[in-house]
Amino acid sequence: MPWTRDDMARLAARELRDGFYVNLGIGIPTLVANYIPAGMDVTLQSENGMLGMGPFPTEDEVDADLINAGKQTVTALPRTSYFSSADSFAMIRGGHIDLSILGAMEVSQEGDLANWMVPKKLVKGMGGAMDLVAGVKRCVVVMDHTDKAGKSKLLKKCSLPLTGVKCVQRVITNLGVFDVVEGGLKLVELAPQVTRAQIEAATEATLVS
Amino acid sequence: MKKVFPDAKAALDGLLFDGMTVMAGGFGLCGIPETLILALRDSGVKGLTVISNNAGVDDFGLGLLLQTRQIRKMVSSYVGENETFERQYLSGELELEFNPQGTLAERIRAGGSGIPGFYTKTGVGTLVAEGKELKLFDGETYVLERGLRADLAIVKAWKGDAEGNLVYRKTARNFNPMMAMAGKVTVAEVEELVGTGTLDPDHIHTPGIFVQRITGGARYEKRIEKRTVRS
Repeated sequence: MPWTRDDMARLAARELRDGFYVNLGIGIPTLVANYIPAGMDVTLQSENGMLGMGPFPTEDEVDADLINAGKQTVTALPRTSYFSSADSFAMIRGGHIDLSILGAMEVSQEGDLANWMVPKKLVKGMGGAMDLVAGVKRCVVVMDHTDKAGKSKLLKKCSLPLTGVKCVQRVITNLGVFDVVEGGLKLVELAPQVTRAQIEAATEATLVS
Repeated sequence: MKKVFPDAKAALDGLLFDGMTVMAGGFGLCGIPETLILALRDSGVKGLTVISNNAGVDDFGLGLLLQTRQIRKMVSSYVGENETFERQYLSGELELEFNPQGTLAERIRAGGSGIPGFYTKTGVGTLVAEGKELKLFDGETYVLERGLRADLAIVKAWKGDAEGNLVYRKTARNFNPMMAMAGKVTVAEVEELVGTGTLDPDHIHTPGIFVQRITGGARYEKRIEKRTVRS
């Protein structure tokens, strides 16, 4: 039985460590905030200029001057600080952020990532994704194992324009958890009742044991 | 020299010309210079190159200048929220240069600081680095990115004084401080123009030297793009 979006967010939350500064991407990665273990001290960074991001506001708390990188209204915490985009990306590009959890269209077995552009379709832009994957200490991708047509999103080489080269360390899909290692992807965990044979059939990238 | 102007129109008087490059602060619709954008629209200036992280929405922010076809080229990191943009881009009317968000922020910071270029890891091995100089530092490859300046920077702050000192509020700060540094002329609009000496000098985000003109007290819509609340 493949993992659900919430299962995948819960699995990604296992990447968190006490004291970590973390940037969460849009989509499933945003859900990771719901699974921070009780008692663990994790500070969320929002690249538009906020460290220590709180939950969504109540109606009364909504503030047009306080949004996250997905442009949603959020709240502050007692620990919160605000800063400019230059300082924000100094945190990201300067290697001060411990972990980035983000979505992807494709990941290669060497850890290349494609998540911003499909040629001949409208391109919305890369936002901060290229900075995050180039600068953050550890990048974990959370995505479906295959696309809507059933094609593997774990590839020998990415077919789409890249966001970054050799930048992903771990991929969590709805079928399994994979580490980028020498020679290919190493399966480290299977979703319940999913077999290795099923993974092999659904994966274009080289799997190493 | 008097920096205070009665309104946005007056604050832009004599600064505008067709084909100019304008930096506009804001992230999404947060911290955008609302009234200066409206004054730009009403001025009719055209052929603009606009450097801004985003392109507003169809009927607010920079989207207003797209509707009137006053923008020739955008330099941005993400433009996903605007259908007018999409239509003009696909028809070839509008030129677009994508920069990674951190590269854009740093290009502007560098430009305003007299730094013509810098090396970064961001974008190495991607389309962004094509045609740019690469250089090896300590075994890692970096790409050369150029500093950016503009004929005019329009920024939005929360409070400001007659010296041009600015204080931003929460995440409305975003690109505004760097853009204030990178404009050949910088015009700031503030929600509240306060008396000189009122702002705590230790709390000023943008020192007045970066701001040539300031206007305050307009009514702000401060539209929210994605109002999200918890139940």
